[in-house]
Amino acid sequence: MKWTRRDVLKGLGGLPILGSIWWAGTANALVKSKDRSEILEQLKIQPSLPSALPEIGGSPIRLGIIGFGIRGEQLCRALGFATQDWLDEMKLEEETTGNTQLKEFLDQEKLNIQMTAVCDVFDVRAEHVIASFSTPEHTVKRFTTYQEMIQSGEVDAVIIATPDHWHAPMAIEALNNNVHAYVEKPMTHTIEETYQLRDAAENSEALLMVGHQHRQTLSFKTANDIVKKGVLGHVSIIQTFTNRNDDNGAWNYDIHEKANEQTIDWDLFLGSAPKIPFNKNHFFRWRKWWAYGSGLSGDLLTHDYDRLNCVLGMGIPTSVTASGGIYTHNDGRNVPDVLQVNMEFPDFSTGSSQPKGKEKGMAFTYSATLGNGFSRPTILMGHDGSMELGNNLTVWPDNGSTKYAAMIEEGKMKPNVPIYHYNPGANMPDAVSSATSQYFADKGLMWTYIDGVRVNSTYLHLREWLSCIRNGGTLSCGINEGFDEAISAHMTGLAYKLGRRIEWDQEQQLIVPIEGVNFDEVLLSST
Amino acid sequence: MTGTLQKESLTKSLVFLRILIGWHFLYEGVIKLFNPDWTAFGYLATAQGPFDWLFISLTNESIIGWVDTLNMITLIFVGITLILGMYEKLGALAGMVLLGMYYFAHPPFPWLEQLNVEGSYWFVNKNLIELAALWVLYQYPTGSYFGLGYLKHQKTNTAKTPQL
Repeated sequence: MKWTRRDVLKGLGGLPILGSIWWAGTANALVKSKDRSEILEQLKIQPSLPSALPEIGGSPIRLGIIGFGIRGEQLCRALGFATQDWLDEMKLEEETTGNTQLKEFLDQEKLNIQMTAVCDVFDVRAEHVIASFSTPEHTVKRFTTYQEMIQSGEVDAVIIATPDHWHAPMAIEALNNNVHAYVEKPMTHTIEETYQLRDAAENSEALLMVGHQHRQTLSFKTANDIVKKGVLGHVSIIQTFTNRNDDNGAWNYDIHEKANEQTIDWDLFLGSAPKIPFNKNHFFRWRKWWAYGSGLSGDLLTHDYDRLNCVLGMGIPTSVTASGGIYTHNDGRNVPDVLQVNMEFPDFSTGSSQPKGKEKGMAFTYSATLGNGFSRPTILMGHDGSMELGNNLTVWPDNGSTKYAAMIEEGKMKPNVPIYHYNPGANMPDAVSSATSQYFADKGLMWTYIDGVRVNSTYLHLREWLSCIRNGGTLSCGINEGFDEAISAHMTGLAYKLGRRIEWDQEQQLIVPIEGVNFDEVLLSST
Repeated sequence: MTGTLQKESLTKSLVFLRILIGWHFLYEGVIKLFNPDWTAFGYLATAQGPFDWLFISLTNESIIGWVDTLNMITLIFVGITLILGMYEKLGALAGMVLLGMYYFAHPPFPWLEQLNVEGSYWFVNKNLIELAALWVLYQYPTGSYFGLGYLKHQKTNTAKTPQL
């Protein structure tokens, strides 16, 4: 057969089209991949991998739980002890809503611990622990006071999940008796206690861990690497937020039907707090009063502050100002439900891409409301880039960046297109965020991801503490981190209550005194 | 005569449509072929609608690699057959299966939240329209008018014509 020109045109006309598309696709993909390698090479970010902790071997660590309220129950679950009620509830939720918490709980590696003791002023809760966590071989023993439990010789370590005004006395008692302690945040209720607890921790053979579980979040470790490598340049401002709009978020927890003067040891609950008649509202919703809690500054700012202290290590602010009020829940509480905080770090720097000396100093802001749940993300803003910090990380280059000026000029980077996206829930870090990626970052307070599997970060935090007790090692949130957190929270509480700028003297290691003002009295006062 | 002309212009427009769809498929396939990090994981993991369980099950670690490869190969296969005009019926069929899956992974049903879509859709979206267009191509192959099928056709005609 002889091919005419017409045959070739009509028969093989598709070939050049095919060739062109193939060429265009290849070229485009390669250019993109080259640009991306170039960006990644310049950034040099090392995505964090989980660190392997040694086994918690030997005989089981004997644990006592002090306070089995909402948080106490959560901590016990993280340790592998769930109540039957919770298991039943989760089973039902698994069937109806596909909630995976039960599966995650059951998949959690069992820790080498024995729950031996409980201390709770509310009979119902103490009995709940005994009924739920006793085994055929061992019955959980109830102690009336924390001193009796700590001195009994029946516990190696205690979990302190009480109102704030009990944190330090209990932790100090434990440390003085060489019993390891895990204390929830804020670490202390007053400034004086903060120093006392630091002394106790430094002089004790036992280990104190402060409950900032997000220290286990892998994305924060990667964020630390990103900042250290100067990807963001000089960070001049950090914005953090609390956005809540529900009863639970505003600390209006349920009041137990069996709560009365017979079932609750009211005097023991009050401790050093002002003596007032029995009040269920105060007992179950203690976070709303300065006498037992510390409001937004101690309860929630501490999380945001420590998240950043974990990423940047900026320490205690040189000064703090704060303002706010009770604007959303005028229900008898005396802690604010709206709070704006400015912390200054004039000597701190994350590094600079500009002439030496031009950039120095950073401000940290915290804005909180219990009357709106719109999710405002945590943002670190640097001269060269911005980073959104959560369980996922996203980094954008800045249009005015010195470091990326050439790449922005060449069109290899665009200010509105992320140059780095870390999503430990997916399998790999991606240089440029993909359009189909629909994972939303949260604060990294609940979960972290290990090999793409969701893991309870509180479990990891407790595990680290237990591993250090048995095998030695450094705690990620020990007394130094707790000291920074507590002092910063107390400075904020003072700034809010006094309406004044509160300063920190780094050399003297104390809050600069104000004549005629007793700081601890102010912190504990109801207004 | 008018009928033949009409038929010829219809064939030409169908060839044009075939090339366009082939172009789209081939480019999507080639881009994925040369991007080692590409994966359908996110697309499948966020599937919605009545068959979400099926798509989510495809994200299983042991099969996601196969799913990615198969998707890429099918895209390229559909692209080549449509552009070259050979095995185009098979190509159109394979393309329809792919588009059907894309459609049902993120169906534009009013009771589902539409994520990452660039337009407004109510039951009908571009995937469904492209699928319908492939259905037409499946029923009206044009490879023998423009494409490798033409050569085959000519060859058959030549063989059938007795040599003088």
